Amino acid sequence: MEHLTNKDFTSDQEVRWCPGCGDYTILRAMQKALPALGKKKEDFVFISGIGCSSRFPYYMNTYGFHTIHGRAPAFATGVKLANPKLSVWQITGDGDALAIGGNHFIHALRRNIDINILLFNNEIYGLTKGQFSPTSKKGIKTKSNPHGTTDEPFSPSDLAIGAQGSFFARVVDTNPKLMQKIFTEAEEHRGTSLIEILQNCVIFNDKTFAAITGKEVKQNAQLILEDGKPMLFGAEMKKGIVLNGFKLEVVTIGENNVTEEDILVHDAKEHDPTLHAMLARMRPPEFPAALGIIRAVSRQTFDEGLLNQLEYEKENAKFKTVDELLKSGETWEVIS
Amino acid sequence: MDTTTKVVDLEKVVIKFAGDSGDGMQLTGTQFTDTSALLGNDLATFPDYPAEIRAPQGTVAGVSGFQIHIGRIDINTPGDIADVLVAMNPAALKANKNWIKKGGTIIVNIDSFTKKDLEKAGYETSPLEDNSFEGYNIIQAPITKLTREALKDSGLDGKSIGRSKNMFALGIVYWMFNRPMAQTEKFLQKKFAKKPEVVAANIKVMHAGYNFADTIEALPSSYTVLSANLKSGTYRNVMGNQAIAWGFLAAAERANKELFLGSYPITPASDILHELAKYKNLGVKTFQAEDEIAGICSAIGASFTGSLAITTTSGPGLALKAEGLGLAIMAELPLVVVNVQRGGPSTGLPTKTEQSDLMQALYGRNGESPSVVLASSTPGNCFDWAYMASKITLEHNTPVVLLSDGYLGNGAEPWKIKSTMDMPEINPSIAVEGEEYQPYARDKKTLARKLALPGTKGLEHRLGGLEKEDITGNVSYDPENHEKMVGIRAEKINRIADIIPNQEIFGKEEGDLLVVGWGGTHGSLYSAVDNLLKTGEKIALCQFNYINPLPKNTAEIFSKYKNIIVCELNSGQFANYLRMNFQGTIFHQYNKIQGFPFTTSELESHFKTLLSK
Repeated sequence: MEHLTNKDFTSDQEVRWCPGCGDYTILRAMQKALPALGKKKEDFVFISGIGCSSRFPYYMNTYGFHTIHGRAPAFATGVKLANPKLSVWQITGDGDALAIGGNHFIHALRRNIDINILLFNNEIYGLTKGQFSPTSKKGIKTKSNPHGTTDEPFSPSDLAIGAQGSFFARVVDTNPKLMQKIFTEAEEHRGTSLIEILQNCVIFNDKTFAAITGKEVKQNAQLILEDGKPMLFGAEMKKGIVLNGFKLEVVTIGENNVTEEDILVHDAKEHDPTLHAMLARMRPPEFPAALGIIRAVSRQTFDEGLLNQLEYEKENAKFKTVDELLKSGETWEVIS
Repeated sequence: MDTTTKVVDLEKVVIKFAGDSGDGMQLTGTQFTDTSALLGNDLATFPDYPAEIRAPQGTVAGVSGFQIHIGRIDINTPGDIADVLVAMNPAALKANKNWIKKGGTIIVNIDSFTKKDLEKAGYETSPLEDNSFEGYNIIQAPITKLTREALKDSGLDGKSIGRSKNMFALGIVYWMFNRPMAQTEKFLQKKFAKKPEVVAANIKVMHAGYNFADTIEALPSSYTVLSANLKSGTYRNVMGNQAIAWGFLAAAERANKELFLGSYPITPASDILHELAKYKNLGVKTFQAEDEIAGICSAIGASFTGSLAITTTSGPGLALKAEGLGLAIMAELPLVVVNVQRGGPSTGLPTKTEQSDLMQALYGRNGESPSVVLASSTPGNCFDWAYMASKITLEHNTPVVLLSDGYLGNGAEPWKIKSTMDMPEINPSIAVEGEEYQPYARDKKTLARKLALPGTKGLEHRLGGLEKEDITGNVSYDPENHEKMVGIRAEKINRIADIIPNQEIFGKEEGDLLVVGWGGTHGSLYSAVDNLLKTGEKIALCQFNYINPLPKNTAEIFSKYKNIIVCELNSGQFANYLRMNFQGTIFHQYNKIQGFPFTTSELESHFKTLLSK
């Protein structure tokens, strides 16, 4: 196989996101991650809906389809079912996936079709110039609700877990290394891989994730989960997460007789989603935000199920051509 | 046994089975259809049922009917009114009282004419006891009682016994028309293979009905309808929805493509999904999506990836698919959207037929987004039009809307089995590895662009709904490019007129009246025109299947008649479309918007009035 580099995945189109937009980091991380996946360039397909993030496919030198608002999971499903060998990536935003496209989003996760969904969550509508989105913090004042929103935001992780999602990861747009690692693991995971990227919109919702990504706070505000490893964070990795009754709690090793043994060990492969959901819900200031691969469980994919049935039916078929079908059943001869 | 019964030979006969929606009338009608088809009759059927699965029992709203027209002559419609009506309860009699021929035979289940049943149907007194049906041959059959009697030792529970009474009615009608029961026996054995007691019970009841008819003297004669003079060949029965599914299967095989259907259940189109879902053995991939939108979008995704992709729906579903269809037009991808029309607007009349989505099919999208529009016109030719829709979409890389309707979709007729090799070749327009590829470069003649399928080395490119730059397909906001592309998309559709055959007419090549129709009204229009031709009128029928673009000789045909009347099951959508395309030509209209097809007699009398002016 020919050796590919990030340049092979860069299209000739001028990138038109706002200067300072978090999307640039994601694009570069993707262009770097793909060559290492060992696939042919022509086997990647990027599908998007509508929104700032959905311009992404134009900048990737792969097959791509910038479709209509909210419906990208349905297009991606059609692509994957038509040719299951392809590596299918869906690029979407919080408005595209969770407002207009909420239905398709949950059904893709439920079916566990083998695609990767990158959810660029900036908690705002950027392309339509600054209205609140389904993930905007309650009370935020925007053009479409100048008195402050009164609706509760969605939690993408809860939605994904409720829809029986098999893979959920989270990353911030300031950590391209973790992003690349997650993209690789998402591609290896069989089923719908949802990656929530906390992405800063410099124009309409600047610093909305500052409590997580701010330089001065991030060490205490981010818990990077690794499968099989204790949930430690903080500048000296002395802080950890324990389960106290039915609730999570932040503790410090060495205080109140807490030792490393007491700290929860991450198990992304656990089918029971309870702890995954609790971890994904953690937010500063009480908790660090959980990043990394929070959930990665194995279950049959939709495409696999369909292919198995097709194979079985083909092998056990009474007829193999359309002509045989047309002549099957009750027929009669007319001679005139 | 009375052996003196006369056997009368009939040219054609219309029979209607009517009962409660739980009485099994659709199955009874289908069985009579299949048996008659095997005997070689030409036929047409019209199932008519309520939108509710079990509407209030015994009420007129809950009546389910199945009308069948059989003949030894050419049969083109399910018949205007019935010669024989089977009414399983008072409501069925009431619902059909205007649809039975004066002097016709009415078989009623007299056990269902109790005070309670009469009240439910809104009768104060029994219509059988006043003079409501004077002059009709009423057969009062104790169907419920005799069914119970026949099955008293069967060990079946009362509910199951009650369910078998449709077989009694079928037995009576089989006797009346000298039909063998073997086909239905075979059917029952297969359907209830795991319940031999149910098979035995149903067969026993059918025989009881047959013997009842043979014994009673109320039926003065039995009838035969000899086999029709159909063209030589192997025949089978098909329903429109089934034929559409098979047309797509045939096209996929000839085009060497995988067939992909993305669909969401909707009446009366769901049967196409059901039919195609059976054939995983032929490699068909069906995807029951979460909604209508995902149905079309998944199909577009599959089309982009190289499948013959289709989506099937009815009116409200087409409305939901509009944005997706616009994208397929912009991205210039192949896609067939089947709309099995029903009464609208909104939820409208889900189980009734109408032709009111023509404008939606032609124009129901944002921007200037022309689509090819085709219409099938008989249950059998749904096969051909599904095939042609596939051929056009794959060769021209532009979406096609195929209009059928509830009447065609659920109607059945004998179909001379075609071979896939009888159908024209399909040559999809696809770029191959190594070729110089520009996504929006075009064939000079057809203006079709080529597809490059994901997985093809070196042809990576991006498509989308934003305006495309000519040739490169890059996003372009250039004003002149936009105007050019709008023009190209329209011209591409217009040029399809170059490859489609000339419009044909039936009847006089010039004359007094040209009857114009489109799609599913063919049977009744044809019969009316045929009858008037036999009386010497200078009349012809011009039934359109190619709606957009129209055949090139259309204007020439229109110029040869003194009057033109456009007949359709809407308020005049095709008439207005023709007015727009042929300004200066006068189009009269005949319209019906009652959820039912035209009757031949109403058309005939209207045409006669016009001709006498």
